[in-house]
Amino acid sequence: MNTDLSIEDITKGLAEKRFSARELAKEFLDVAKKKDKDIHAFLNFTEDRALNQAEEIDKKISRGEKLGFLAGVPCSVKDAILVEGAPCTAGSKALEYYIAPYDATVVTKIKDAGAVIIGKTNMDEFGMGASTENSAFGPTKNPHDLTRVSGGSGGGASASVAAGECVIGLGEDTGGSIRLPSSFCGVVGLKPTYGAVSRSGLIAMASSLDQIGSLAQRAQDAEDLFAVICGKDELDATSLEYEYKPLENFALKNLRVGVAKEFFGEGLMPEIAERMKAVLQKLEDAGATVQEIRLPHAKYALAAYYIISTSEVSANLARFDGIRYGKRAAKIRTLLDGYLQSRGEYLGDEVKRRIMLGTYALSAGYYEAYYLKAQKVRTLLQKDFQAAFAKVDVIMGPPSPFLPFKIGERNEDPLAMYLVDLYTVPVNLVGLPALSLPAGSVGNLPVGLQIISKPLEENLLFAVAKELENLV
Amino acid sequence: MISKEEVQHIAQLARIRVDEKDVEKLQKNLSEILDYFNVLGEVDVSRVEPMTHSIALQNVSREDVARSKDLTLTQKLIDMFPAIREGFLKVKAIFSR
Repeated sequence: MNTDLSIEDITKGLAEKRFSARELAKEFLDVAKKKDKDIHAFLNFTEDRALNQAEEIDKKISRGEKLGFLAGVPCSVKDAILVEGAPCTAGSKALEYYIAPYDATVVTKIKDAGAVIIGKTNMDEFGMGASTENSAFGPTKNPHDLTRVSGGSGGGASASVAAGECVIGLGEDTGGSIRLPSSFCGVVGLKPTYGAVSRSGLIAMASSLDQIGSLAQRAQDAEDLFAVICGKDELDATSLEYEYKPLENFALKNLRVGVAKEFFGEGLMPEIAERMKAVLQKLEDAGATVQEIRLPHAKYALAAYYIISTSEVSANLARFDGIRYGKRAAKIRTLLDGYLQSRGEYLGDEVKRRIMLGTYALSAGYYEAYYLKAQKVRTLLQKDFQAAFAKVDVIMGPPSPFLPFKIGERNEDPLAMYLVDLYTVPVNLVGLPALSLPAGSVGNLPVGLQIISKPLEENLLFAVAKELENLV
Repeated sequence: MISKEEVQHIAQLARIRVDEKDVEKLQKNLSEILDYFNVLGEVDVSRVEPMTHSIALQNVSREDVARSKDLTLTQKLIDMFPAIREGFLKVKAIFSR
């Protein structure tokens, strides 16, 4: 059986009885396990649960019952998102033996829609990294070149989709963790508007920035998954009322595309700039207008992002102290000993670094210089985007200045790794939705195109993506 | 450049034990990143309000009533305790003798 299937192919295949949901699940699990020997997209497979879910769907089919929107569709779930009864490590040794006690809201939603969860995908520890090299369980390799990284933090999610190990994937994006790996692996990845998707059951990294989103090989499939997971949830006070409606009769003609000079700055690899030019030309040929816009404060976004995110990290990760869950160090005498020892031993270097940075930024005497200042820069950046969106419908540019790099190439220098996020973090700071779409390749390495829209205009992002993926 | 003492002080605040051999590397890494943060010094933020969240929400509240009726969930949460005695979470003494 071919695993290059869309949601529509699966819906039809099940209806026409060309395969059963169980056969499909088994096939994807077999393919995934085989391919994963090289790629390592998954931290664990949820085989028994997947087969049980699939059998339930087959029973529904035999009884002639109505099926969910994602019935039988093999799905991967990033390991920061809880799936009841399955291990959930967030890529950390601290949670190596943690079993999720309940389902995240998004997981309940995709299960109700009939999606078959085949496993949990690899990630940089607690979402901190741009390559999955910070996973305590080893990196995920790029399916297009096994000597290169898959991007991060959600490299497992994007690699699992790119390699055809599943059809759709749930990811999570704090500063680019869906879009960057999507561009590195050549798949579609959406970071929704902040609040569009419930974060209940997500292991938090930076709560004012985190957002769960969808990945797939095709824009239509990522859109279908997003339509299932979005909306208000009483378990997440920041979630928004959201009834998703795809745009109908959309054409690229008259679309106003903004290109920010700040996303084409020094440091951008010339091959990527060339690809972007080619894509923008195709857009103009299709009748869109392309104009330059300015985001004067975008160059400060990376510093502001790392101050705000590490500050929130230092608070959020205080819970991993070996008291209520996770690993507790042996041979400790006092409570304080337990905190120091457990966190010192089981948290990875990058996680410790960011907790310490955030602790520093929030500590007495530094709060105003770092945290408060960064929050004000955030306001200025939001004004930049608002001014730009008065003139254009979408903003486009590269998701990263770099192509997928070699494993080990950047890992020794934290700042060099942070620079990979240069073009993805601005939208997280201001809560905008953004999508990474495959935009061709340089040699055998995929290049992505980042498309940004106004809040709650995911339907425009997908409409543009569906048109563009036929052109590039 | 932050000092070695500062590194240890931050580590202590963050409740992370740092080995003496790692202090120097942390001192270098943290200082480089903090230097990078100084780029924000260029921005004039006088009369700019700080932004805490990208969506302006106010006072999201609900009735203060217990909602979970499911004791199996409670048990699953208890099962995840690293140390347990008679159904209670077990921790070390707060003071050393």
